[in-house]
Amino acid sequence: MDQAAVGASLARLDTFPKLLIRNARERGERPAYREKEFGIWQAYSWADSLRQVRALACGLHRLGVKRGDKLSIVGDNRPRLYWAIAAAQSLGCTVVPAYQDAVADEFQYVLDHAEVSFVVAEDQEQVDKILAVRDRLPKLRHVVFVNPRGMRNYVHDWLTAFDQVLEHGRTFDAGHPGFFEAEVAKGQPDDIGVIAYTSGTTGRPKGVMLSFANLVPSAQASAKFEGLREDEDVLAYLPMAWIGDHFFSYAQSIVVGFTVNCPESAATVTIDLKELAPTYFFAPPRIFETLLTQTMVRMEDANAVKRWLFKYFMALARRSGVRILEGKPVSALDRLLYVLGGALVYGPLKNALGLSRIRLAYTAGEAIGPDIFDFFRSLGINLKQLYGQTESSVMVCIQRNDDVRADTVGPPAPGVEVRIDDRGEVLYRSPGVFVGYFKNPEATAETKTKDGWVKTGDAGIFTQDGHLRIIDRAKDVGRLKDGSLFAPKYIENKLKFFPSIMEAVTHGSDRDFVAAFINIDLRAVGNWAERNGLAYTSYSDLASRPEVYAMIKGQIEQVNRDLAADPQLAGSQIRRFLILHKELDADDGELTRTRKVRRNTVAERYAPLIDALYSDRDEVEIESKVAFEDGRVGTMKARLKIAGADAVHALKQAG
Amino acid sequence: MQSSRKAIGETLLKVENVTLSFGAVKAIQDVSFEIRRHEILAIIGPNGAGKTSMLNVINGAYHPQHGIITFKGQPRHDMDKHEAAAMGIARTFQNVALFKGMSTLDNILTGRNLKMKRGLFAQMLYFGPALDEEVEHRRKVEDIIDFLEINAIRKTPVGRLPYGLQKRVELGRALAAEPDLLLLDEPMAGMNVEEKEDMCRFILDVNEEFGTTIALIEHDMGVVMDISDRVVVLDYGRKIAEGTPNEVRRNQTVIDAYLGVSH
Repeated sequence: MDQAAVGASLARLDTFPKLLIRNARERGERPAYREKEFGIWQAYSWADSLRQVRALACGLHRLGVKRGDKLSIVGDNRPRLYWAIAAAQSLGCTVVPAYQDAVADEFQYVLDHAEVSFVVAEDQEQVDKILAVRDRLPKLRHVVFVNPRGMRNYVHDWLTAFDQVLEHGRTFDAGHPGFFEAEVAKGQPDDIGVIAYTSGTTGRPKGVMLSFANLVPSAQASAKFEGLREDEDVLAYLPMAWIGDHFFSYAQSIVVGFTVNCPESAATVTIDLKELAPTYFFAPPRIFETLLTQTMVRMEDANAVKRWLFKYFMALARRSGVRILEGKPVSALDRLLYVLGGALVYGPLKNALGLSRIRLAYTAGEAIGPDIFDFFRSLGINLKQLYGQTESSVMVCIQRNDDVRADTVGPPAPGVEVRIDDRGEVLYRSPGVFVGYFKNPEATAETKTKDGWVKTGDAGIFTQDGHLRIIDRAKDVGRLKDGSLFAPKYIENKLKFFPSIMEAVTHGSDRDFVAAFINIDLRAVGNWAERNGLAYTSYSDLASRPEVYAMIKGQIEQVNRDLAADPQLAGSQIRRFLILHKELDADDGELTRTRKVRRNTVAERYAPLIDALYSDRDEVEIESKVAFEDGRVGTMKARLKIAGADAVHALKQAG
Repeated sequence: MQSSRKAIGETLLKVENVTLSFGAVKAIQDVSFEIRRHEILAIIGPNGAGKTSMLNVINGAYHPQHGIITFKGQPRHDMDKHEAAAMGIARTFQNVALFKGMSTLDNILTGRNLKMKRGLFAQMLYFGPALDEEVEHRRKVEDIIDFLEINAIRKTPVGRLPYGLQKRVELGRALAAEPDLLLLDEPMAGMNVEEKEDMCRFILDVNEEFGTTIALIEHDMGVVMDISDRVVVLDYGRKIAEGTPNEVRRNQTVIDAYLGVSH
């Protein structure tokens, strides 16, 4: 390639290395990465980053890295590892990010399956893992380690320190000045930039191949949609192997030119979050839940004045905060009070949580409790839901700033088409759709149709105003006898958002109506019973109380009203329920160790109860085996009441 | 994969015929041994064998009635606490001795005390050379924090930390003095298995990365046998054995002292 052709290719900005060169030219002095080291945030500008990537790419070339090779990175979020991604892609390599907490065998599977020949590993821990499985990785040629600590006695000819690679690279670069640009210019949009292994709940992980043509336009479209700017700060703390981090902290960062901040260690994330106060933040619901719980616990310990202030202004925020955030009309007094609350409560609170500068926050992965969602939004934090997959280069659905809801994932993202097939499964098609699963054409054919639609495996429905609502895994969704949609998880999650309901199991496939088993939360309901002067002796005693039945009935009817609001789901309202006499227990095999209900075991064990739910009896006797803590097995007899719940007519007709 | 390639060097400290008594109680009787550069030496023995007294003699807290202590080639009858510290001996204590109300960072900074050259007045002004010095000390302390992986508790008051972490902070403070000889008094006492494993790793890392010579007292035999190069066994104030962990393990006198023997 001659000089002009190189220049023309670089100007096309269709790969990340090309965009990186642009960033170094156009915003060279702006911070690209920050890393907290030795207690201080150390910043690297885009110009620094390009220098490092350049040296690293040349150094890797000296080690024998060639176009088409696979290079894996493994470790915590570090600027050096992000540079390694860019350096590898500059040379035309495919990057395979690996989970830093995977055990040696899982790691070996990914490296072996992806045919990785080079690894950039963060530290001794990761190198030790590679050493343990080295003899089962015939394709592995060289390992580069970033942190030399503890590595003094590791002498292998296939092991080199990162700094040494950089040094060799600089020497090489000085001797071959045009080499780096020429290599970058060879990069094409159809090159596979990354193979992201999905954690896969069933079977072995699958390698999702994403090209630059998938990731660059997706990152550009979503950044434009959200109005991301080069002065955003994002905290990179989720695993680098996860596509979300790759997308937010690598793809979008390079496309937009904003700053990626790496925490000091996994243990310091909350401290670093507070110090840094990112403007752009991503977290699974669990993290928002923890933040909320922490706040509530700390408020319990605060003095009376502060507690009163908190209560008063949080009530105000619940009333008006979300409306103000979305620019909807609010009374002048509330607006004034909200400003005062900002100074007294919301501001300090957001500051303590590290969320004071947030312009955009996403949550995704699973359903978030509406209370948690509204709490953050009422503080004026622009928290939104996002629906995406590795296979779609993250974005499938995204909520608009002025139209955010807890129970939908929003309308399709720009450039994405979404449809729902006759089984209720969500399919999408977009420029971000993956190239295929690496070395797994069967799985590719199964997931991706010939005309480019991808099956998500999730069941969903569209609300009347075009928002997608994910209701369950597609394989779990059934139909009632009359053909109406029955999504057990969706209903159960709605039930579980009530603090008094610990677990719920719903039945309904090929039945006339939906019925439910309820497990009450002994702490919450026990507390409620105490406050209401209700004496009880044990869990099963409390569970059988008519007062408790009445309370649960009220909550079920609330869920029914919610269900009735959706024409597709109105048919699956709960008509009958019972409260189980014992807590579902992992020791009895009713829950998995991660506390997920084993639907089949429960259905088998409590078959008489299910039969009774679908009969006209209002009482049933059950004898069940119980495993005690010491391993003995006993039986437990109980007489359970069955109660009915009122269903509501569908509020709106479809159409 | 960890190949032991470190070079154990010449004698760093030599204890000859040391005898220490409190009134009629003879805590240490005629004990001699040496500590060599870069090694990890464990001093073990049953309760009341005189182990902690021995450490106290080495760092000058106790003054023996007889015997000679030679440190870095200088023989003397007894050590002086301040002199010992100034010459590069640092220690941790059996019961954690930290400033509970101060942060981890400040506690470790106190370990730099002897290295501070500017006077009190200059430091109070916090200006010019005193400021440079402070920055330098802080850098050193941050190195240690990073090394011991206690970044997350940098600003936490030490009193609020769990015991295992307090022990680690104490090790950090001792390291801040950049000692040639580090004395650890039961570094793993009262820890759970995981904390013990961490501490073992840090002791080995300190020894390897900084080349610090370490003498430690420990009750947990598994730990001692795993990490030390040589072992000295005390019983009733006398040295009853000395050698590599394997030699000591097979020594009949040691077995008797630990398991008891019928007379």
